Amino acid sequence: MSEAQDFKYIGQRTIRPDGHDKVTGRANYAADLSLPGMIWGKILRSPHAHALINRIDTSKAEADPNVFAVMTHADIPNQTASGIRNILARDKVFYHGHAVAAVAAVSEAAAERALGLIEVDYSILKPVMNIDDATSNDSPILHDDLFTKGMPEEPKAPSNVASRNELSKGDIEAGFAEAEVVIEREFRTATVHQGYIEPHACTVRYDEDGHSMIWCSTQGHFAVRATTASMLNIEQTKLNVIASEIGGGFGGKLGVYLEPVALVLSKKSGRPVKMQMDRNEVFMASGPGSATRNWVKIGAKKDGTITAMEAKLCYEAGWAPGSSPLGPACMTVFTPYDVDNQYVEGYEVVVNKARCAAYRAPGAPQSEYACEMVINELADELGMDPIDLRLKNVAKEGTQTMYGPKLKAVGLVECLEAARDSAQYKTALKENQGRGVASGFWFNVGGESSVVINMNEDGTGTIVEGSPDIGGSRASMQMMAAEELQMPVEAFSAIIGDTQNLPYSNPTGGSRTTFATGMAVVEAAADVVSQLKERAAATWNITPEQVEWKDGKAFNTKGEGVLTAAEICGSAAKTGGHISGRGNISARGASPSFAVHLADIEVDPDTGKTTVVRYTAIQDAGKAIHPSYVEGQYQGGSAQGIGWALNEEYVYSSDGRLENPGFLDYRIPLASDLPMIETVIVEVPNSFHPFGVRGIGETGIIPPLAACGTAVSNAIGIRMSELPMSPPKILKAIQDAS
Amino acid sequence: MRLDHCYSMTAHVIFSSELQKFTGVREATVQAEDYRSLVIEITDRYEGLSAADIEDMSVAINGEIIVEPMLEKIDHGSEVHFLYRIEGG
Repeated sequence: MSEAQDFKYIGQRTIRPDGHDKVTGRANYAADLSLPGMIWGKILRSPHAHALINRIDTSKAEADPNVFAVMTHADIPNQTASGIRNILARDKVFYHGHAVAAVAAVSEAAAERALGLIEVDYSILKPVMNIDDATSNDSPILHDDLFTKGMPEEPKAPSNVASRNELSKGDIEAGFAEAEVVIEREFRTATVHQGYIEPHACTVRYDEDGHSMIWCSTQGHFAVRATTASMLNIEQTKLNVIASEIGGGFGGKLGVYLEPVALVLSKKSGRPVKMQMDRNEVFMASGPGSATRNWVKIGAKKDGTITAMEAKLCYEAGWAPGSSPLGPACMTVFTPYDVDNQYVEGYEVVVNKARCAAYRAPGAPQSEYACEMVINELADELGMDPIDLRLKNVAKEGTQTMYGPKLKAVGLVECLEAARDSAQYKTALKENQGRGVASGFWFNVGGESSVVINMNEDGTGTIVEGSPDIGGSRASMQMMAAEELQMPVEAFSAIIGDTQNLPYSNPTGGSRTTFATGMAVVEAAADVVSQLKERAAATWNITPEQVEWKDGKAFNTKGEGVLTAAEICGSAAKTGGHISGRGNISARGASPSFAVHLADIEVDPDTGKTTVVRYTAIQDAGKAIHPSYVEGQYQGGSAQGIGWALNEEYVYSSDGRLENPGFLDYRIPLASDLPMIETVIVEVPNSFHPFGVRGIGETGIIPPLAACGTAVSNAIGIRMSELPMSPPKILKAIQDAS
Repeated sequence: MRLDHCYSMTAHVIFSSELQKFTGVREATVQAEDYRSLVIEITDRYEGLSAADIEDMSVAINGEIIVEPMLEKIDHGSEVHFLYRIEGG
């Protein structure tokens, strides 16, 4: 589609199909399943951030009568499987909380006690806890076999720098030579966690006859199956993974942590095994998002024309090379700007922290934070309105991105204009208050999605999708099926299929599900319409081409006659069997979503405490299938980004131990901390989607970092650069300045 | 007709910095009917560049990022960009 369409069901605010179950506590999350004979698994974790494992003695734990099974790295059947050293450490632990051994016992408490019976002999090594330390000449090297990838010349010595990226367009030196004003600044962001409310958990049952089962909380149950089957050397057909209701993921539930361990314990014990991380474990051993050190330099003419943009980005990977989102960070940093001369150099660095995981628009919040902060400073320097400066240099259809492709139709201009025209932007600030504006860009992706629509005898339909519903996709799928079949939304229910009853689907991530799985639903629904027409034609003894499907009914265009879906499906056995539509696709045509956010923040000069007094999130959705869910995504992304900007950070001791692994000390924003986040849905349709949809889940977390960072800086009159801008840091900046 | 046929298969390929260490160039002109034959052509042309190296990258053809491009047709003047892998959260 290329222009706005009239829709009957899309765009409505229908009742959430999962709402009642969730608010009444009836929804079944990962920890809610128990099986007969089930025992509990627990993991022994390293107390050290960096140490050699000399010996693990499990004999006392194995002798415990309450213990059914004990395992270490050596018990994983496929010792060459990808990611195995994060599941259980082999000969070295790389972070505080690294899994070392596991037990399964009669109860959770018994398993916990048995962990204390396992003896591990460590040789403690000096930990490397940040980019500065990791790249210093006297730093310990985490991996003797790690040589920096992507260097112009082959490195001769191992390094903590895992890789180097580089992107460019135009002539960066010529661009800066043209500039009349140049701003450059370095920024730092802390290690952060996705902060999902539901901890990682699973219940598994190993079956000798080839019917093993995993019930777990995941963004991608097909990926859980692939990883676990590979580690256990079993065929995928012998393992069924069922995605439970999920209590948040934000990228952090794309990885696999517990499931292979639980299945080995189940195999060894002959019992079903349940495992659940506690909150400490979630913070220590899952996630986090990369800490970064980023430098940005931007040059412009005095009329606001930006002539050059340059960045040097350094991203922590945690301990595992290749785990940072450095590539997307480099590709997104300058994309909101149509500037001829751009250059970015990126480095990934390994440190003694948990392996980094994807976190909502992975890589983009940190790099775009640095860019947007400098853009705002440049606007001040030029005496220009920051929105006018952005509009003067705005990326639009046809803009050549630094990472390669030219942009198709996008909605950044519309978002900036909506921000400029918003009530918040026209409202005067009070004493000790500051305002920040920032843009954000995320690619969005397509990928593989599988859907089946099974039509029931009463003419209703059950949509079976392969994408775990993390943000309301079941409602969107119902609405898209209803639109295509021209039947009421209530005629459809949507469920998440197991790995054994649907073909492969990519995980829910990358803002792909409403776009890609939605396309699969449309294809499946079109398949159903085709079959309904065939059956009506058979009933009337005419050809399918002589049947028109309209308003959810089949019309005989060669005579009189109308059949409802209920009538056709009710007699389907007489016309060829029951009706089921399929959509198995590799979706193309994902299109980016841009956003612009406004933050008004008040700072208490005596304490450094920040209060977000007003916040507006504006973003291009292409077409909002269910506007309430879209607004919820905008608000959720904003809230996470505000937390990242103002409070959230991992705090480590000098010996590398995580000191704040809990929500009391790792402070995410609560509803009571924030104002009602105002939203504006911009709709510039994506011409590649039948209904114009763009992914919208991720972009919303990008602008808050710089919007809040600029608001705080403006409130106190001091340029701040390091996140989080927490009260102690703000107070110190105020005191230092005075 | 034959000349037209060959002419219609010329693509403009832009390599990421990661692949440039194999190719030594940022851009190249490649004749190929589809993405699969394009990969064969460039892995033949540049010593040390393997199909596995390319599989680690994302691909955009004429501005569209395509997850599974193997069977994509290459039209005359197509722009093929190899990008850093994009993964969402």
